[in-house]
Amino acid sequence: MTDVGFSATRRLILQGAGAVALVGLGNLPFGLTPALAAANDKYPEEAFKQKSDADVIKSLYGKTAEPSDKVKLDAPEIAENGAVVPISVSTTLADVTSIAFLVSENPNVLIAKYSIPTDTMPSVANRIKMAKTSNVTVLVEAGGKLYSATKEVKVTVGGCGG
Amino acid sequence: MASTIRVRASSNGEITEVQALIQHPMDSGFVKNAKGEIIPPHFIQQLTFEHDGKNVFAADWGGGVSKDPYVKFAFKGAKKGDELKISWIDNKGATDTTTAKIQ
Repeated sequence: MTDVGFSATRRLILQGAGAVALVGLGNLPFGLTPALAAANDKYPEEAFKQKSDADVIKSLYGKTAEPSDKVKLDAPEIAENGAVVPISVSTTLADVTSIAFLVSENPNVLIAKYSIPTDTMPSVANRIKMAKTSNVTVLVEAGGKLYSATKEVKVTVGGCGG
Repeated sequence: MASTIRVRASSNGEITEVQALIQHPMDSGFVKNAKGEIIPPHFIQQLTFEHDGKNVFAADWGGGVSKDPYVKFAFKGAKKGDELKISWIDNKGATDTTTAKIQ
């Protein structure tokens, strides 16, 4: 009799532990995702699938970009390794809210989009992959308008096709 | 496990410059392995930097960002000793978070 009682209690304890473990596991991803989503707008899944500059701009911003000499795009003339091409941008435009990097000849044109809050400088450096020689375009959203700068980067060894 | 995120944040009193280096394969889904099979896409989609509960920089990334991604930016409003919280999430739902002291 005591044996049965003991095993029933033990089962209860085990079930309890199982439930706690499940709740703990379940909470982690759900707790993190909304925090990230709130901090950053929803991930622009569609924009990252587009195959042309125009389609990316349409999907991301829904307006056209005008070239501006106030957007300074820093990229190498020749990239020996397309897998790692250092690209940076800075601008003297005011009220910048976002910056995006596009590589026209890559399978997916959009590389990265950065949101720039009020107290953050309108300047970003990163490293991108280039499948082959291509125009690199940077988009700067400032004061509700969209500006761009483009530069051709020659690639000796592609970094996307493999 | 050691963090996948390495951050250097330094303040000159007014502007804090942040450099981050993250360990991640950043597979685009367009590259084949030695057997000719496509390596499935595996890349960081979102990366955020928070200071004092406020978002100071956020990235949306595709598979076109280089392996072991590097990013550099700068912001105002922080001082030496403040903490910066960095988090990423990839297309498979994996995440990592770390905090760095501004120097």
